[in-house]
Amino acid sequence: MDFISILSIFVLSCFVGYFVVWSVTPALHTPLMAVTNAISSVIIVGALIAAAATGAPGAKWLGLAAVVMASVNIFGGFAVTQRMLAMYKKKER
Amino acid sequence: MEHANATPAWVLIAYLVSGICFILALRGLSSPVSSRRGNQFGMFGMTLAVVTTLIHYAPRMPTPVVGPAPFNIEAILLIAAAIGIGAVIGIVTARRIAMTAMPQLVAAFHSLVGMAAVLVGAAAFLNPLAFGIAEANGLIHISSRIEMGLGVAIGAITFSGSVIAFLKLNGNMSGKPIMLPLRHVINLGTLAGIVGLTAYFTQDQSQWVFWTIVGLSFAIGFLLIIPIGGADMPVVVSMLNSYSGWAAAAMGFTLHNSAMIITGALVGSSGAILSYIMCRAMNRSFISVIAGGFGGGDAGATEGAVAIDRPWKRGSAEDAAFLMKQAELVIVAPGYGMAVAQAQHAVREMAELLEKEGVEVKFAIHPVAGRMPGHMNVLLAEANVPYDDIFELEDINAEFSRADVAFVIGANDVTNPAAKTDKSSPIYGMPVLDVEKAKTVLFVKRSMGGVGYAGVDNELFYRDNTMMLLADAKKMVEEIVKAMGSGH
Repeated sequence: MDFISILSIFVLSCFVGYFVVWSVTPALHTPLMAVTNAISSVIIVGALIAAAATGAPGAKWLGLAAVVMASVNIFGGFAVTQRMLAMYKKKER
Repeated sequence: MEHANATPAWVLIAYLVSGICFILALRGLSSPVSSRRGNQFGMFGMTLAVVTTLIHYAPRMPTPVVGPAPFNIEAILLIAAAIGIGAVIGIVTARRIAMTAMPQLVAAFHSLVGMAAVLVGAAAFLNPLAFGIAEANGLIHISSRIEMGLGVAIGAITFSGSVIAFLKLNGNMSGKPIMLPLRHVINLGTLAGIVGLTAYFTQDQSQWVFWTIVGLSFAIGFLLIIPIGGADMPVVVSMLNSYSGWAAAAMGFTLHNSAMIITGALVGSSGAILSYIMCRAMNRSFISVIAGGFGGGDAGATEGAVAIDRPWKRGSAEDAAFLMKQAELVIVAPGYGMAVAQAQHAVREMAELLEKEGVEVKFAIHPVAGRMPGHMNVLLAEANVPYDDIFELEDINAEFSRADVAFVIGANDVTNPAAKTDKSSPIYGMPVLDVEKAKTVLFVKRSMGGVGYAGVDNELFYRDNTMMLLADAKKMVEEIVKAMGSGH
């Protein structure tokens, strides 16, 4: 992909993010932070490529360490979000 | 071999789909009803991104003379073990963490994203061919060097900044701002050094340039957060949330990966919006928060000592129970102090008893009540307070004038009328809950001595319609509940 297509994706995603996040109810701002935390760990994709690559053993171990950190975040982030969201209850009438 | 980045279309489409799933995950948070499904979209998107990467980049043995290269089982097992270790740590932490400790947990998670970005950047620097960002002779593309420099810098700042935020929120480090002499000069110098070295990195791909950028960025993250006081922590946590997104996006630019770019942009804007909302709720500019020094607790200490001589009224649990049972509308204004005292369950019990008596009970939440955006809502949800009884500042402020009782518990600065009237007050201009407009204000507080986070005295204590309930929050509410029960 050339730089301009990447930049286009980035700028458009910023706009999507802007509008989507303003529509999030303030009551769910803490789960929002937890879930954004989990999804920003999509950086695990880069970590996996590094861990799977051959050629530089140093890079491979750095990649593996990054895989551990990102998966703590992914599993922890989604699990804690799920736990919080399960607590929000409507009034029984 | 030269074009490892000629990624097949199905991989690109899979990354696009995971990006869309992440958008739906955030979109789901527009209401508690749709939020759970949103979270499932998020999990699906992440699984898709990981599985796609694992299939496409599965480690293989060196290519044999004939036939496809066999899988490198050892490397695959190592990756599986790394994911497994992370999964166990993550899930156990998520299950055990107390809801009061969410801000610390989020700060700790941010630090991991930052560190992972640094590690991935370093791996790409050491093995650029694997990411398809270098010529066959090992020279990294010029544009990739800039992206790499910025990516590891943002990642490192996110890491060290979040570590400091964690230590402050977790109480391992004092919430007081630490003011270094000449800190603005040091900070600007360090930032200039990072920018300059990143520019130089395009000319010279040496190890020392790369690692100095990393080192300086760790230092600046640390320097930026230590002068910021405890009161500004909601902004800091949101800001670091934003940085962790930008770090992921910058790594996406470096590695030409659309999943990382889409997600990074989403998270980056999310954190930026939350920081803006928090700043607005405190009437502070982003720049003044970054500059630090606010909320040290010593600013208004002397005024507080003078003001304590003013007359005020003290009430008992029985008075409070009587007043609230006679009321038609009671608005509870909770703050973080309620959660610290673990009084939220007793408060919910009190609200239920009142509703049985036919009293309407509503909860009013100020955006900066708690230690992070939305923190009070989670704590109340945990105590089984239904979310349709909970209202945001702008939705409830008009109702205080028709409320018979405003019950303030564990909140202080966010109820201070001085924010509306006293131009000399450090919190002047901050939007506050109009609790003083209720017929009676019941203010639960441990003692008359202490001041709020901003270090200012609260004029509300000395008003004619205010009754102070001095005790531990949990004990006081339990006594009120008891008094209500025996009142028949």
